[in-house]
Amino acid sequence: MSAALEGSPALPVPAAAPSQATGYWTSVWRRLRRDPVAMGAAIVLLLFVLAAILAPYIAPADPYRSSMLRRLRPIGTAGYPLGTDELGRDMLSRLIFGARYSLLMGITPVALAFGIGGTIGIVAGFAGGRVNTAMMRTIDIFYAFPSVLLAVALSGALGAGFGNALLSLTIVFIPPIARIAESVTTQVRSRDYVEAARASGAGALTLLRVHVLGNVLGPIFVYSTSLISVSMILASGLSFLGLGVRPPEPEWGLMLNTLRTAIYVQPWVAALPGLMIFIVSISFNLLSDGLRSAMDVKQ
Amino acid sequence: MLAYLARRVLYTLPILLGVSLVCFALVHIAPGDPLSSVLPPDASADLQRQLRTLYGFDRSYPEQFAIWIGRALQGDLGASIASGRPVATEVMRAVVNTLRLAVLATAIGFFLGGLFGFVAGYFRNSVVDKLASMLAVLGVSVPHYWLGMVLVIVFSSQLGWLPATGAGPGGSSDWAWDWAHVQHMVLPAVTMSVIPMGIVARTVRALVADILSQDFITGLKAKGLTGFGVFRHVVKNAAPTALAVMGLQLGYLLGGSILIETVFSWPGTGFLLNSAIFQRDLPLLQGTILVLALFFVVLNVVVDVIQSLLDPRVQRS
Repeated sequence: MSAALEGSPALPVPAAAPSQATGYWTSVWRRLRRDPVAMGAAIVLLLFVLAAILAPYIAPADPYRSSMLRRLRPIGTAGYPLGTDELGRDMLSRLIFGARYSLLMGITPVALAFGIGGTIGIVAGFAGGRVNTAMMRTIDIFYAFPSVLLAVALSGALGAGFGNALLSLTIVFIPPIARIAESVTTQVRSRDYVEAARASGAGALTLLRVHVLGNVLGPIFVYSTSLISVSMILASGLSFLGLGVRPPEPEWGLMLNTLRTAIYVQPWVAALPGLMIFIVSISFNLLSDGLRSAMDVKQ
Repeated sequence: MLAYLARRVLYTLPILLGVSLVCFALVHIAPGDPLSSVLPPDASADLQRQLRTLYGFDRSYPEQFAIWIGRALQGDLGASIASGRPVATEVMRAVVNTLRLAVLATAIGFFLGGLFGFVAGYFRNSVVDKLASMLAVLGVSVPHYWLGMVLVIVFSSQLGWLPATGAGPGGSSDWAWDWAHVQHMVLPAVTMSVIPMGIVARTVRALVADILSQDFITGLKAKGLTGFGVFRHVVKNAAPTALAVMGLQLGYLLGGSILIETVFSWPGTGFLLNSAIFQRDLPLLQGTILVLALFFVVLNVVVDVIQSLLDPRVQRS
């Protein structure tokens, strides 16, 4: 089926060859744009990204400045629209700055694992045979740990800190991505057009570059985007346990942890950072679902 | 069947070896001296050497690994550096508490998720279907440690209906058949059940929708089968996969309970891991992770075997 035709049903089919502009990604974008849920999620995420980038300009106060006189003010206090935390710091400003950490810790490990795990899986799938078995059995070992346990164990052993948390999460996401990449590549490798190309003398590198990569990157990418929300929740969870970002940084998971003692004083202020994690994570999931159906990837 | 079982168990052995290797390696990627947490800062070189020999840290890595595995096979996971008590005893006591929570959470999640997923799959694109899809997305998107906090805020701090932390009255950490202990389990179990609920709902919905679209259902209907008769066939075909998903979820909850246990101060494996990490008690960390990972691997095998008993087609793949 021609993606170019499907993308513009109203236009008469031109006699000339269709222009390059209506390629695969254009048609994906068209379908995505017609999905109100996915677009809503994308707009929410865009707002959070803007808040993260512009944090120093839009935050009403210094997120680190504490005041013993103004501790734990309720939501709606004059000058502190979302109240203050246990050290009297402005919640709104801290939440805005916190978007930086959460977005970074949600996307970075998945992006790194996409590169590493994707490469491992594609190589294993393309090589096949013993190489495949050896690589995938090694991956299976890491698969034998539930993801939360592996993340906590690794960052517990490496020690608390932003970098170690990122490293642990990257290691956690490599096995699932490698598995998907391997299974997709194995499927594509046995298709007739790959056989035909091989029969007509295409070398391994050409096969990989021209026929395999173009067909496997999409599904691997869609799967990876569905891991971003998991990564965010886990990253904030590590900070919540005291294994991720360290105080006094305004990270949402860490804020939840330090405000835990305040749930009997200002319960709704204490719950705010978690609400932010929830909103961003659900937006990532909805956008990923939309992307999956727009790209017509079957899981 | 026996051949399949043997193959499945044989395949698991190298994974078990790999898993224990990873657990062992964890201690050695940790920066700093594993004994630093017990040694006083002014410990003499002689004392340091004695302790190092006592814990076996003076041997080579392969030697240490072989000794560790040999002892682990006999149920000896060494002694906790912080408390001096045997790791195996501490871990087993905690595992029982976590298992209690995880089993209850899986049961709640499977029942509600299965119900929602079933109705959604039966009545595609109905209001219930939309609701179930929403529930599934919410279930996998919610940071469960935060959900636990919100439930504590509502049901403990605001309404005062349920206790906020602990496994029993007065810090009791062992189970007793009384109302107070049941009450303590409600909030953590409900919080924990949200994850399997979403995943089970999503799986069952897809399964039921797929089964209903198959030819044999049309055939059954053509033969005059209606209502409950068709329903029975759908359940029979969806059950193996749904049960397998449930088994895996139980494994994930066992290993992933640390965040929820921290919120509710539940005396399980998560709590143990937490103290092991912050006291840098490496034998305890190693032992806890090993036991949890073994549980997960064994559970996987059990799930596979049960699934192949229910559905012989699995054996062939």
